[in-house]
Amino acid sequence: MTPPTSDVALGFLLNGSSVSVTCAPEDRLLDLLRGPLRLPGTKEGCGEGECGACTVLLNGLPVNSCLVPSYQADGATVETIEALADERHAALLEGGATQCGACTPGVAMTAEWIRRHPALGKRFPLSELMAGNLCRCTGYDGILKSLEAALTDDEGTA
Amino acid sequence: MPLAPLLRREGLAKLSGREQYVDDLDIPGALHGITVRSTSARGTIRNIRFDPEIDWSSFVIVDHRDVPGLNTVKLIETDQPALAATEVRHIHEPVVLLAHPSRRALRKAVRAITIEVDPLPSVLDFTVRPTPEQIQHGSDNIYKQITITKGDARSILADAPIIVEGVYRTGAQEHVYLEPQGMIAEEVDGVIIIRGSMQCPYYVHTAVCHALGREADQVRIIQTPTGGAFGGKEEFPSGVAIHAALLALKAGRPVRLVYDRTEDLAATTKRHPSWTRHRTAVASDGQLLAQEITFLLDGGAYMTLSPVVLSRGMIHAAGPYHCEHISIDGRAVLSNTVPFGAFRGFGAPQSLFAVERHMDRIALRLGLDPVTVRQRNLLADGQTTATGQVVADGVDRQGLLNRALSLSDYAAKRETHRQFNIDTPDRRRGIGLTTFFHGAGFTGSGEVYLDSKVAVAGLPDGTIEVRTASTEMGQGTTTIFTQLASDRLGLPPEAVAIAQPDTAVVPNSGPTVASRTAMIVGRLVQEACDDLRRQLSLDATDRGNDVAEAIRAWHRTHPNGLLLGQGHYRPPPGIEWDEGTYRGEAYGAYGWAAYVAEVEVDLRTYGTTVLDFVAVQDVGTVLNTTLARGQVQGGVAQGIGWTLMEECQWEDGAMTNNQLTNYIIPTSSDIPPIRVAFQETPYPHGAEGAKGLGELPMDGPAPAIANAIAAATGAEAAVLPLTPERLMADLDR
Amino acid sequence: MSVLRPTTIDEAVAVLSAQPEAIPIAGGTDLMVHWPHRLELHEKTFVDLSRLTALRGLRWQDGDLVMGALTTYWDVLLDEQIGRRFPLLHRAARQVGAVQIQTRGTWAGNVGNGSPAADGVAVLMAYDAMVELTSVRGVDVVPLRDFYTGYKISHRTPDQLITAIRLPGIPYRTQIFEKVGARKAQAISKIGVAMVEAPGGWVVVANSMAPTIRRCRAVEAVLNSGHPISSPEALHDTILQDVHPIDDLRSTGEYRVRVMARLLYHDLREHIAAFS
Repeated sequence: MTPPTSDVALGFLLNGSSVSVTCAPEDRLLDLLRGPLRLPGTKEGCGEGECGACTVLLNGLPVNSCLVPSYQADGATVETIEALADERHAALLEGGATQCGACTPGVAMTAEWIRRHPALGKRFPLSELMAGNLCRCTGYDGILKSLEAALTDDEGTA
Repeated sequence: MPLAPLLRREGLAKLSGREQYVDDLDIPGALHGITVRSTSARGTIRNIRFDPEIDWSSFVIVDHRDVPGLNTVKLIETDQPALAATEVRHIHEPVVLLAHPSRRALRKAVRAITIEVDPLPSVLDFTVRPTPEQIQHGSDNIYKQITITKGDARSILADAPIIVEGVYRTGAQEHVYLEPQGMIAEEVDGVIIIRGSMQCPYYVHTAVCHALGREADQVRIIQTPTGGAFGGKEEFPSGVAIHAALLALKAGRPVRLVYDRTEDLAATTKRHPSWTRHRTAVASDGQLLAQEITFLLDGGAYMTLSPVVLSRGMIHAAGPYHCEHISIDGRAVLSNTVPFGAFRGFGAPQSLFAVERHMDRIALRLGLDPVTVRQRNLLADGQTTATGQVVADGVDRQGLLNRALSLSDYAAKRETHRQFNIDTPDRRRGIGLTTFFHGAGFTGSGEVYLDSKVAVAGLPDGTIEVRTASTEMGQGTTTIFTQLASDRLGLPPEAVAIAQPDTAVVPNSGPTVASRTAMIVGRLVQEACDDLRRQLSLDATDRGNDVAEAIRAWHRTHPNGLLLGQGHYRPPPGIEWDEGTYRGEAYGAYGWAAYVAEVEVDLRTYGTTVLDFVAVQDVGTVLNTTLARGQVQGGVAQGIGWTLMEECQWEDGAMTNNQLTNYIIPTSSDIPPIRVAFQETPYPHGAEGAKGLGELPMDGPAPAIANAIAAATGAEAAVLPLTPERLMADLDR
Repeated sequence: MSVLRPTTIDEAVAVLSAQPEAIPIAGGTDLMVHWPHRLELHEKTFVDLSRLTALRGLRWQDGDLVMGALTTYWDVLLDEQIGRRFPLLHRAARQVGAVQIQTRGTWAGNVGNGSPAADGVAVLMAYDAMVELTSVRGVDVVPLRDFYTGYKISHRTPDQLITAIRLPGIPYRTQIFEKVGARKAQAISKIGVAMVEAPGGWVVVANSMAPTIRRCRAVEAVLNSGHPISSPEALHDTILQDVHPIDDLRSTGEYRVRVMARLLYHDLREHIAAFS
């Protein structure tokens, strides 16, 4: 017998604003963002936590939103690609970090996380930190070089 | 004058997440669609059982009886049904379509449908001659057979003192565009409108008109921003579009049919698996005396584009070398697997892998350096290719090779590797080389048949809109066309709009395939700009504001008028092609390249790491350095995946590893620095001297890496992918 | 589907006691994979552990490392002391998925899930981790080395919650973790092997080589014996006493045995005199 589906009421901080939603417990954070919250910038590339196209920052850390049950966003801070100002993308745009764009929002979110914690880039190779974002177009060089350039810029302006 | 540099025009929209892909579109009232597929490799459909546990009245259900026109996905042939009616030929073949407001309900419903099939004998190995019970196409299951003959290879081989033989195989490859296939269809005022992810809006248009039995103006196809394609959205989207349209017509509402990754991996086309045999007569100094090549492609269950993939593969099969005596025999044959289709390189990566791996085997046999064998045979201007085409493009092919050797430090690396391999017990290093070419544009007379047209509209505000069917899928069409039109008319890039390909708006500039967009369609964009200028009675010195002002003035005197400059393809002079004999100018232009890979093989795990990669090519004038470099690096990365790790696992003709966890593509940790250099010999008939670029970089990585692995370990390295498991078996020989 | 969201351990174990069929979920990096297709899971009751703040974080206690059950791979990677004391935890954590997985996946989840491919479990087992299981009946502590009894079968009873993992503060000499995957990052292991030289002798643990993560006692005996090992091939029979790898989507049984032997041989030859 199918147990009755009980909807879940959630509240969290999304891109700086409080949101309250009710959703089915089966919904993933990704479904919530792309559906009722109308933030389709976060893409679904695989649904198995492999490609990183759905990367968002959950409590400041990059996660695959396809693997996050929506109810776990309750009380959390969630940042999606829509939260980033256009100026933030200058280095990636100039360095050829985007081609088809389907992986790009996820790439940009992981890059954003690394830029907020520049010490990470000294402890781990950038190629390792970015390995959770599959890209089929660029061969990664455009992404990694742009990110390096952004980190250098950030250092100069810090 | 080089074109002014321009950042990717839609780049910020993509980075910021604002770019709206098909699944991002908010279509009120749209239902979701899903495809119910065969679970049998081949057989007769006996019954389709719908589990009575489900209330089917809430579903829109479509099968072959709902196809109003011809039940076919029209391409070269009409052999592939839009929805299987009486017979299935491969697992995952579409049989029934469902639509419903809830995706979850659809997933449950799919499991409640059983397609009962009486099995028939299936073909699962394309290299084995079929039995009579296995015949499903013609009298022999051969989709296409082609012979290329130059000189008399057989006689030379009969008397040759040195003959080098080899057999090479390559596996299927999935495109893994990051955005899966998807279409949204709806009928508005008697017109079926289909939006979706695609390379070729007019292919989709033709196929939908056929299947729906509609006139051209009752079908409108709009390309949405396309998240990668690589050939995977050349022919396949036609079927998805037909399905979405059938559901939308029956539902009387818009229907969204978007695949998820597992379905996309399992059910869509892939790169053709290949089997190639070389028998080559050589002189002791390495000169090629005769090449006899047999080239087989697995076409899968329906013809799709296999004949033309075969054709391109064969034309490239002898490599970029001069040889007086060449015989190439090729066949594309049926198997009961998912149909194989277009994929970046289109047959050439397969045949070039074979010939380029074979060139190293020749060098080994003769005790020569692989460089020497290539230097001795590389085509020089005035010499002829396998089809008898005289090469006379002024490209310095020896110079390309030399540049690759010096950039990669080839000679010194060979020495240091020798010592490294003595000093290191559990690792081996090697460096490998390949020289190759790639024909740009459609083969032979193809471009003439395409009869491409473009338009450039002058708008009342003095800006222009470039109207082509050429799609942006990441390769940079939008940016390149902007650069070309902006440069041609002296307008700022902001005054140049690129129309979203929409068959109701843009003329048919041909499919976005075959590395033809910048070279051929770009040239037509320039001509359309010139035509616009002519219509405005401007001369070539009038640029920028003069043009903008003239456009505004024209509209003041022609209220609501349509100001269109047009470009229409005309073949360059001297192009002759005989489809019957496969003789003549196979391509208007070739890109040429020399790639070098340095690898390390871990003898503990048999795993290969690519340490360094140098890619030197002549693709004519480079129109946008960032985009061109990105195309090369991306192609090389895709090639590295095909060479080392990407492998479709098959059971009964169905892919069993249809998850990105198990179908492995390279991550940022797997790709070495890819060092790219261009030699620029302008092609007089391409836009600003450009030749095709997109596919070329897919051809080089496999032979360069395989040759490097062979140099490092002594492996045969004749079968792709060179997974650790395969290399282990190889080294056991 | 329904979700229960306890905020204390008492509530959580009470829930599991009342509904032993309920499925605990923390980082979701296993349960949520291909979620839309896993319709059978959509019929279940889940116990969301993410609000159990008491299970967060790691601490040092009497020289032992105690990881609360919500400790993620990323938590461990940020802890420099772990890098010094238990370097294989860092080495394994860096190779579990990519950062997006490391920030969500928990060590306890890896243990609870019982996948034979779990890299984290192999190194925990090499370090002789103890698994703390809590239920309304009390607290059990089970050595991880004895935890698994079959493919995805363990000593955890459905009413028990893994609440902590404890690693004894033993000094190790040689510590090696090797993971062989289909690519350099984000790969599921074809072969994993954790090897440590503890005061009592060698401990070798293999993953992806048998239906469970397996301690390789025959291999350990050979290493401890000091008998000469002439080649990787000389280890094949010993390895096959410990593990029984299969052919699957990711590799072959033959490759797994041969490569495990080669890893042992090449990695240990500089550490053990018996290697020639």
